[in-house]
Amino acid sequence: MIHLLRLRTTLQPYLGKILVNLFILLGITALSLVVPRVIRSVIDDGLARGETTYLIRSALLLLGLGLVSAVLNLCNRYLSEWIAARVGYDLRNRMYDHIQHLPFTYHDHVQSGQLISRCIEDVRSIERFAGGSVAELIRFVILTIGILIIMLADNVRLAVIALLPMVPLILMTSGFGTKIGKLFFAVDQAIGEVSNRLQENVVGVQVVRAFAREKYEIQRFDTANKEVFRTWVHVIDEWSKIMPTTNWLITVSTILILWFGGRMVIDGTLTVGAVVAFNAYILMMAEPAQALTGLVNAGGEAAAGAQRVFEVLDTKPEINTPKHAVLLPTLRGEVEFRNVGLKYQNEHTASLEGINVHIQPNQIVALIGPTGSGKTSLVNLIPRFYDVTEGQVLVDDYDVCHVDLVSLRRQIGIVLQTSLLFSDTIKANIAYGRPDATMDEIIAAAKAAQAHTFIMGFPNGYETIVGERGVTLSGGQRQRVAIARALLMNPRILILDDSTSSVDTQTEKLIQAALDTLMEGRTTFVIAHRLSTVRRADLILVMDKGRIVERGTHEELLKLGGLYREIHDLQLVDHAVFAEEMEKIEKSSSLAHTKETF
Amino acid sequence: MTRITPPAFITQSEEAYDKGYDPKVARGLLQFVKPYTRQMFISLIFMIIVTAAAVSGPYFVKLAIDEGIGKRDVSVLRNIVVAYFIVAGVQIVTNFYRVRIMSRVGQHVLYDVRTAMFDHLQKLSLSFYNRYSVGRVITRVINDVGTLREFITWAVLAIVRNLLAILGTLIAMLSLNLRLSLITFAVIPLMVLATYLYRNMARRNYRKVRAAVSWTNSVLAENVNGVRVVQAFSRQAYNFSNFKDYVNRYFLETSLDAAKVASAFTPVVDVLGAIATALVVYLGGTAVLGESITAGVLIAFVLYIDRLFDPIRDLSRRFDTLQSTMAGGERILELLNTPIEVRDAEDALEMPPIVGEVRFENVSFHYSDDPTLVLDGINLHVDAGQIVALVGETGAGKTTIVKLLARFHDPTSGCVRVDGIDLRRVTQGSLRRQMGMVLQDPFLFNGTVKENILFGRLDATDEEVIAAAKAVGAHDFIVGLKNGYETSVEEGGATLSVGQRQLISFARALLADPRILILDEATSSVDTQTEQIIQRALATLLTRRTSFVIAHRLSTITTADKIVVIHDGKIIEQGTHNELLAKQGMYYELYQTGFRE
Repeated sequence: MIHLLRLRTTLQPYLGKILVNLFILLGITALSLVVPRVIRSVIDDGLARGETTYLIRSALLLLGLGLVSAVLNLCNRYLSEWIAARVGYDLRNRMYDHIQHLPFTYHDHVQSGQLISRCIEDVRSIERFAGGSVAELIRFVILTIGILIIMLADNVRLAVIALLPMVPLILMTSGFGTKIGKLFFAVDQAIGEVSNRLQENVVGVQVVRAFAREKYEIQRFDTANKEVFRTWVHVIDEWSKIMPTTNWLITVSTILILWFGGRMVIDGTLTVGAVVAFNAYILMMAEPAQALTGLVNAGGEAAAGAQRVFEVLDTKPEINTPKHAVLLPTLRGEVEFRNVGLKYQNEHTASLEGINVHIQPNQIVALIGPTGSGKTSLVNLIPRFYDVTEGQVLVDDYDVCHVDLVSLRRQIGIVLQTSLLFSDTIKANIAYGRPDATMDEIIAAAKAAQAHTFIMGFPNGYETIVGERGVTLSGGQRQRVAIARALLMNPRILILDDSTSSVDTQTEKLIQAALDTLMEGRTTFVIAHRLSTVRRADLILVMDKGRIVERGTHEELLKLGGLYREIHDLQLVDHAVFAEEMEKIEKSSSLAHTKETF
Repeated sequence: MTRITPPAFITQSEEAYDKGYDPKVARGLLQFVKPYTRQMFISLIFMIIVTAAAVSGPYFVKLAIDEGIGKRDVSVLRNIVVAYFIVAGVQIVTNFYRVRIMSRVGQHVLYDVRTAMFDHLQKLSLSFYNRYSVGRVITRVINDVGTLREFITWAVLAIVRNLLAILGTLIAMLSLNLRLSLITFAVIPLMVLATYLYRNMARRNYRKVRAAVSWTNSVLAENVNGVRVVQAFSRQAYNFSNFKDYVNRYFLETSLDAAKVASAFTPVVDVLGAIATALVVYLGGTAVLGESITAGVLIAFVLYIDRLFDPIRDLSRRFDTLQSTMAGGERILELLNTPIEVRDAEDALEMPPIVGEVRFENVSFHYSDDPTLVLDGINLHVDAGQIVALVGETGAGKTTIVKLLARFHDPTSGCVRVDGIDLRRVTQGSLRRQMGMVLQDPFLFNGTVKENILFGRLDATDEEVIAAAKAVGAHDFIVGLKNGYETSVEEGGATLSVGQRQLISFARALLADPRILILDEATSSVDTQTEQIIQRALATLLTRRTSFVIAHRLSTITTADKIVVIHDGKIIEQGTHNELLAKQGMYYELYQTGFRE
């Protein structure tokens, strides 16, 4: 409930409209309360007195009431929908912008699917509640109070008798809301499990087939599938109890009115019209009382939705441009790590410890070391994707924590290990960092990244849509588009996660050439897996367990005979084999050559 | 009306969604209901009883007023009230069973549909999975079956119920008074017209709303999934204004358009109801005065008007649901009717224990939806126990060769033989149980490390699991994990490194002790130390069986018994390392340029 109250702020801008809507609602309810009274007077007065004019007047009155309440209804419904749509629009905007400002630390731990469903589903349920359900709830309250007053004023005894079955009805339906909510939660859980099973089965289809495990998988799926059935049956059983019972309680009320009211009429203490009117009021109340279940449900959903939405909105973006931030000028490209330590949330051991390194402009720095040694963590600190927990990261002597984030990141180009492209044209993807780039600039970047040729190979060239709904690019192609994207930024500092792993040799050479262009005249950090890249670096940092264990040039480190030497030698095994073989071939081919001459 | 247009792929998919009623689809879906005909019949009878009881309500009111109250006879009134009470009792009981039976049938049908889909998915060939993304499969089985639930429980049942209610009310009214009934019915054509107009407008609007939702969804999803790139390129402001002014604005405007139409409909119905009531009050009232009807009849009519309009209104809504479920139903049937490309022959034999001789005889292959040959006239003979290295560029056809060997596809022409037996003559299960496969991206299932190794052979003992892990050098890191062999790996093995996942999948393959082993050897993003371990594990894995290795590492290639060079779906060269080098052909070239760093 607290979470629902927090929606106040969301509704604030539309307070005027909400108040107007409330008044309209009051009007509609009042009008609908009049109708049974008109019918009653028709029966008691019109029919009793035998006046046709009275009948005409009543008929016209009913018609008039119908028309006025129709107009009011129209206004009410549209206003409600309008408020709902506006609230949804505002919330989605807030969520969207907030999410894209939340730091990496947040996104590392959150499931993207959940985040998306919060923006869509949860906002929807809040919308529905704010628009329709609240109004319905208010209408029900007003209506109930109105009916109570009218009935009690008319005949206290009959009113009490007629309303008696309404008490269990309201109690039951409101209790039903929470009960069914829990049951539906179980259904959702079960469906989630089915979907997990399915996802795993489809993603791992090759493994399933390779090990001929179809039967086993079918069994596992069946367990999950049965659970869905079972949880649904629980829901149904509740439904099958509540639905007929509410209908029955309403009928019981009608019967009670007929019996007790009828006897009062016979005794002469009540009119027939009053009996009819009582019955009409009960029927009038029955509908919203039954809808109460849905309302309670909607309220519960909205409360849960609001909780989840606010959970996101309440998360402070820890990494933000500080108040009196420095707007960075064009960088020279000097980078310094001063006593840097980094410990991620929820982790016991530090990912980086005591990092001290000073890099001059335009140097190429290669980072090598085992998986998990802290290479990626180190480079992520430069564009301030994470904040250091100790020490400082300085760019041209500016602490990255004190500068304007956009002015910093605009000057840093990043090519990530997995090159994520957006479902848009290739052109838009290359221009992602600079949407205002000209076509010439885009083509130049693509050429430099060795991507132009294959792009022109598509029928639509640069307008080709890539991604999920467009052309599928190969790993190597994606990587080259990502390089072009970074190149177009003309960054002063370049960060490369050099993984050209799953591409064939020709492509690899193309990418290598593209990277060479990219690195020219910039400070470059390369997370390298390949010795050929490392050898070229001005400075090699060998990392292990979050520390820099060795540093220097290729030759220096080889002489040192430490971890670098070890890695180098392991990779050299293949080279040695290669050199040996080449020697053999040369010998044999020269032999062949000699033979031919003779 | 909005001037924003979402991208074509969004609107197109929504147009495809709006199919309208399709009898073929309905028939296809009704197939699933067939086994439950008996229950359906019973609940139909119950439904008729419930409707009759509900319709009799106003009639009891009439009787009470005319016969009991009007004639001032308490005993008659008592009888009527008691009778009404009994009818209400019958109604609650039958209603209870009707809901129960009906919804259980519904859930049974859905269970059956899901089972049928999953079973079918287990048989579909792998080329199906190239066309269908994971997301699409899940949408079929979860969302589309969800709409099917609505089709059964909300649309079909509710339509029958409403029709019965309308019919019952009409009969009741006609039997009470013909003239008054006809007057009331005069409003019905107007009602139908209003409903019809509303539905057409609403449908167009809702289609746009759905498009807006899926557009918002996809834009959001992309931004969330790519949030690191968004931040790296400082695109937040640009993306936000795009979202606010286009995507989300479109959402808002389409919702408001839909709201306009929707909010007009109910008041129109209310007005028509008011007209009908006014007519009955005036004309009925005059009739009462003229003593051609009783006051009770008049009151019953006022009550019946409500009972007539409610189901009509409801019906229009249900019909919409029915239509929107059609597309979902069609997609379900489409999946269920997707032909199974690789299936066991009727007289398929169990594959006898494999010795390991493999022969490709003139094998060509292309995918069913694309006539370009992926493999073209492959002839290959491998002796039992040999190690074969497949070499060639990406897309040359290496993977397709091993997929044909595991019979993930059948050759378009030619045949693949193991120990001289054509693979098409044996059951897939008996063949694959004797084969092992380690894929480039090792896939681990949700579950513990142990369960993942056990996947190779479910009945293996703990000792065997540990022995397999030790043999491939995985034991040391596994015992170092938080719960050792009982450590659960998250889906896809995200918590383990690539190298560790690969070692686990090696242990899995070793435990299965396959006679033929297929290995997509890629240790790309693994650090050098792990690579060393993997290298040793490979040696253990490859001994004593026929092995096909899609090789990337020089040491594997050079030590292979046979190297097969594939280019454009053809075998260009085959032989040992030295033979091929001496030839100075494509292998020689690859060797000089490609394998070098």
